[in-house]
Amino acid sequence: MKYYPTIGIECHVQLSTKTKLFSEVDNDARGKEPNSCVSPVDYALPGMLPRLNGEAIKFAIRAGRAMNCEINASSRFDRKHYFYPDSPKGYQITQFYHPIIGAGYIELPDGKKIRIEHAHLEGDAGKLTHFSTYSLVDLNRVDTPLIEIVSMPDIHSAKDAHDYCKALWRAMCYAEVTNGDLYNGNMRFDVNVSLAEEGAKELGTRAEVKNLNSFKSVERAVEYEIKRQSKLLDKGERVIQETRGWNDATGETTGQRSKEEAKDYRYMPEPDLPPINLNQEFIDEESKKLPLMPKDYKEKFTGKIADDTLEVLLDYPPLMKKLAEIEDAKRVSNWFASVLLAEEKSAEYLNDLPTAKQLDDLAEMTEKGELSSTGAKEVFLKFFDPEMSKRDTKTIAKELGVIQENDLGELEKIVDEVLADPATKQAQEDFKAGQEKVIGFLVGQVMKVSKGKANPSSAQQILRQKLK
Amino acid sequence: MKIADKNTSAVSLVKEALEKAKKYEDKHIFVSLNEENALKKAEEIDKKIAKGEKVGRLAGVPYALKDNFLSKEGNTTASSLILEPFHSPIDSTTVKKLEEEGAIMIGRTNMDSFAHGSSTENSYFGPTKNAKDDERVAGGSSGGSAVAVALDIVPFATGTDTGGSIRQPASFNGVYGFKPTYGTISRYGVVAMASSTDCIGFFTKNTEDMNLLMEICAGQDSNDMTTLPDYYNETEEKEVKKIGIIKDFDNDKVDENIRNALAKKVEFLKQKGYEIVELSMPTLKYALAVYYIIVPAEVSSNLSRHDGIRYGYRSDNAKDLGEIFSKSRNEGFMSENKRRIMIGNFVLSSGFYDAYYLKAQKARTKIIEEYKNAFEKVDYILTPVSPNPAFRLGEKVNDPVSMYLEDVMSVPINLAGVPSLAVPAGTTETGLPLGLQIVGPRRSDKNLLKFAKILEEDK
Repeated sequence: MKYYPTIGIECHVQLSTKTKLFSEVDNDARGKEPNSCVSPVDYALPGMLPRLNGEAIKFAIRAGRAMNCEINASSRFDRKHYFYPDSPKGYQITQFYHPIIGAGYIELPDGKKIRIEHAHLEGDAGKLTHFSTYSLVDLNRVDTPLIEIVSMPDIHSAKDAHDYCKALWRAMCYAEVTNGDLYNGNMRFDVNVSLAEEGAKELGTRAEVKNLNSFKSVERAVEYEIKRQSKLLDKGERVIQETRGWNDATGETTGQRSKEEAKDYRYMPEPDLPPINLNQEFIDEESKKLPLMPKDYKEKFTGKIADDTLEVLLDYPPLMKKLAEIEDAKRVSNWFASVLLAEEKSAEYLNDLPTAKQLDDLAEMTEKGELSSTGAKEVFLKFFDPEMSKRDTKTIAKELGVIQENDLGELEKIVDEVLADPATKQAQEDFKAGQEKVIGFLVGQVMKVSKGKANPSSAQQILRQKLK
Repeated sequence: MKIADKNTSAVSLVKEALEKAKKYEDKHIFVSLNEENALKKAEEIDKKIAKGEKVGRLAGVPYALKDNFLSKEGNTTASSLILEPFHSPIDSTTVKKLEEEGAIMIGRTNMDSFAHGSSTENSYFGPTKNAKDDERVAGGSSGGSAVAVALDIVPFATGTDTGGSIRQPASFNGVYGFKPTYGTISRYGVVAMASSTDCIGFFTKNTEDMNLLMEICAGQDSNDMTTLPDYYNETEEKEVKKIGIIKDFDNDKVDENIRNALAKKVEFLKQKGYEIVELSMPTLKYALAVYYIIVPAEVSSNLSRHDGIRYGYRSDNAKDLGEIFSKSRNEGFMSENKRRIMIGNFVLSSGFYDAYYLKAQKARTKIIEEYKNAFEKVDYILTPVSPNPAFRLGEKVNDPVSMYLEDVMSVPINLAGVPSLAVPAGTTETGLPLGLQIVGPRRSDKNLLKFAKILEEDK
């Protein structure tokens, strides 16, 4: 039988604030020793109290606006209790009853709107590494600010689930609230999938696949769940409401624990933190700081940059941001898409892009014919060489010796020299006799004598005149 | 209180305090003494004085620290097994402020484990005895601090008051005990009991010392987001005319000695020209029920961090992760701690939250309103602190409900977040101290202490 899938997605986004949500410790633990970014508050010594990071509130407002959401003037924190070594306080501070971000939506590339139910602020948990007889606890990640974004069950296919996650990821990256590094878990997706018979009014029982960290795994997990649940229903069996894990290698989900025996989190309002009351002025002011979103860039560049190039570049917010400062966006977009992104170290390069002036100059020199396309590419790559990146475009081009000779007098002398060379005599006669192709050989000779600096089209022009 | 100067050395003040502490060892007031550190600090202060350098407002004053305040000196045990091995790497805000003014901690005082109790009998280290009667309780939970001041070991001691834990032992031992407006003094670095009612306060022999301690310790702390701006040092004086007494507390469940003490103070105030107003506060009878829902809920949550993983006691009998949690907690907590954790977990559990916790919060709002209304009619309210003077050791320890009933007159004040000062009010015929409390509107703390000075005249 054919079933109609209904999918809702919860997404955790790690915010890239300077300090943690409830302490003044560095929030960026990348490359740091385990348990080195931990304050007495994160470690949950007795008598320690959370201290709310105002920057996280500002990030939440931006994130909310990036999803077209209402920002709630009043919100509050709650405690969610569970015992596990990754949770030093014995509870997570979250917003269960009154979240900061209200309803909104995310638009998919085909124009579909997926509604956001709400999004709330909360602290992340620590990390456990298990060994055969013991486990190690790293609390560096404890109380890294997260926003959890809860969608409405508006998604009905694996592809839309994929597109929703990607659109959400882009929205968060462009809003500049997260580093967006999926590989390192900066965004994690929990996918709820249920099936119902076509036309049925009630939704079926759902299973939740937790902790997916790529769009592809979201898509595959949904596909797998639709197949698995269809088979069960076809056999007349029932789907169990449970949490399932995803195995990327086998492409399968497996049952973990059933919701029916799920823990009771004993939610309670957090008495150590007063409610967050935001006035409209503050909300408006922070909302104005929302940078341009993907749709803004699309509007700006459609027709100026090839559609497929634009689609590729939209995955790289720093590139779009840079393009917006550039005169000749078309030419530069091609370098970004086909040169920069083809480089092995492109991810690193994105952090330190050339200045708009460097790129504008490069485009101009190419336009004027002072650089060949190969020469331009060479110069472009030097922008990422720490030894040269600070220099201006012309200086780099000169140092590389790739500026094309455009002095016609000088070029004419070289052409004369080539034509006087007995080795080209035969070719000259052949050309005069109507063998067009031979001109290439002659231009090649000019290039050789000029050591590659001659502008080939100018050289050809002069040759043709002389051989008339 | 005596402060070190050219005539009185800090070392002699501290030595004297330590000698007295040892003299009263049988009372079991202290969990640990801080002899070495205290004397070293005293010497430093004396050197400063000799050199003519500036010293603080509490230079060389020895004090006793309730065992739930984090301090880098000695272990902060909260008089429990589970924190017995815990040495804090940081000082609580209160300790920091006191020491900046030159106060010297001579020892940590005994308390009901995690401040759960009204008699200091729930201490892992055994009970503290009443200052005046070895057969009777010190009150609690800050029993050790109250007795330390009552026996003149130290001029002041710190306390915490979640439902009467400063005022009740103060009145059981005949000293002043102040619970300020909620949020006046930072809770940072004090082992939490119930976050929404915990208040830091002090025991002293007079209101002037209390005022000085408040001036030093009150004020907003960026480490405690529930602290209020520093209004304490900026309050304007107000003329006091009307004093309320609560009709609902005037019944035969209150000991006759205490009712007489109240009547005597009322007469004194009348003679002084104050108008006495009888108040009816009917919702206060729900306060105890509300308190024993909200407080255990917060207790169960705040005690979750004691899990045997990072610090404190860990059971040797644990075979897996689940047992590290369950055995460390089961062995490390006292039965009263466990009772409150279980009540708290029950009222917060899914399906019961609305019926208990949410309803209790609504009732709490009513209690807050009732105090607000009362303070539109009167300037202060004078009531007993507890229905009885100090009871016998062991008398109520196996009857938790009768123990909880001891808090009936103190807990409404914590739920409302208003300030209250316990003042000595004579003794019984056998010499047991009696106490009353003056309750004021939120943020009236400084004026309240001034008004209380008038009562000092009536000895």
